[in-house]
Amino acid sequence: MNKDDIEYLAKIVYDRSGIVLTQEKAYLLESRLAPIARKEGFNSIDDLVSTLRGRADEKMAWQITDAMTTNETFFFRDKTPFDNLKNHVLPELKARKSAGKVRIWCAASSTGQEPYSIAMLLNEEASKYPGLSFEITGTDISNRVVEKAKSGLYSQFEVQRGLPVTSLVKYFDKVDDMWQLKPNIRSQVTFKQGNLQDDFTSLGKFDIIFCRNVLIYFDQPTKAKILERMATMMPDNGYLFLGAAETVMGLTDAFNSSREVRGVYTRQAGWTRAKAA
Amino acid sequence: MRSCLVVDDSRVIRKVARRILEDLEFKIEEAADGMEALTACRGQMPDMVLLDWNMPVMNGLDFLKALRQEPGGDKPVVIFCTTENDLDHITQALENGANEYIMKPFDGDIIEAKLAEVGLV
Ligand SMILES: C[S@@+](CC[C@H](N)C(=O)[O-])C[C@H]1O[C@@H](n2cnc3c(N)ncnc32)[C@H](O)[C@@H]1O
Repeated sequence: MNKDDIEYLAKIVYDRSGIVLTQEKAYLLESRLAPIARKEGFNSIDDLVSTLRGRADEKMAWQITDAMTTNETFFFRDKTPFDNLKNHVLPELKARKSAGKVRIWCAASSTGQEPYSIAMLLNEEASKYPGLSFEITGTDISNRVVEKAKSGLYSQFEVQRGLPVTSLVKYFDKVDDMWQLKPNIRSQVTFKQGNLQDDFTSLGKFDIIFCRNVLIYFDQPTKAKILERMATMMPDNGYLFLGAAETVMGLTDAFNSSREVRGVYTRQAGWTRAKAA
Repeated sequence: MRSCLVVDDSRVIRKVARRILEDLEFKIEEAADGMEALTACRGQMPDMVLLDWNMPVMNGLDFLKALRQEPGGDKPVVIFCTTENDLDHITQALENGANEYIMKPFDGDIIEAKLAEVGLV
């Protein structure tokens, strides 16, 4: 593939998702677009690109974008955030609000392991929070992964990464060669297709937002815009969980890093976007 | 260095497991069936046992039951590693004192993930 085509495709992906395809990542284009080219009846990726250049095809552009997302995830990924949720965030939240609804959002939920891990954790902890009810929303730009997440079906390989076998026995049914989360866990999570480039404030207010391992794909202005929009959807001191390689530092002053709990940020009390501008 | 007894009647599987576990800094002993494994444990209790289910002479479950009766036999962390992949087998293993359970085929990622579950890495 020539440099022009790479740039052209990278722009298609960036314009829709905000994902920056660096030069090193360009090699992924070939391996991921080859199956699309084949499926759509093109002889090569070059053919696909020249056709696309000749005639705008939004559906194709989205297929390409979807193919360039990285959906790697697993149950209880990195473990610490889930320990932090259990040991710090939930008790603190309870001290603040002893009754009512706690809304949690996984902003790039991929195939669902993250929100379902939270749902299993909440199930274990529920007796400590009798007054609170929890509602989990998972969104992702890729319809493909959202559909898989909704199904709650995982391969033998997937259920063996990060999930203790006791949880497998407790929360899953075996369905042929796959494992399916039981209805009581599945019903705790609502999945929707959702693009972080769009105005997602209509999802409502959230006490806790997990936005892990997705900002890494964006440039600085995009990260800042998303974080500040999230801040407008949270109460003062609401909790933001980022991935191990992600930070708010240098991007926005809407969040404070929490002193004792690494990777958890709290929404700055009284912050408004106007003030930041 | 932590020790691991790899119990499997397949030499190939033992070799694969050995390579993965040695990379994770375990000292490896091998046994080809439950009886050999029990003898090895009576000599010296390992920190961990990676245990196949179906083997000649003594199968994995019978070995596990016997091990847990031995003096000091409650110590080793036992991780099943077997093609048996239905809930009945898993439940039986847990009820008889297994700490974790790997369904074959496995790879380094799965072994490492399971060792993390039991606090060995
Ligand atoms: C590496 S996964 C992270 C999954 C999970 N949060 C975790 O940490 O394991 C990144 C996900 O971000 C999604 N994604 C990428 N760009 C997005 C965007 N603009 N809006 C919403 N989701 C996006 C991808 O589809 C992918 O599923």
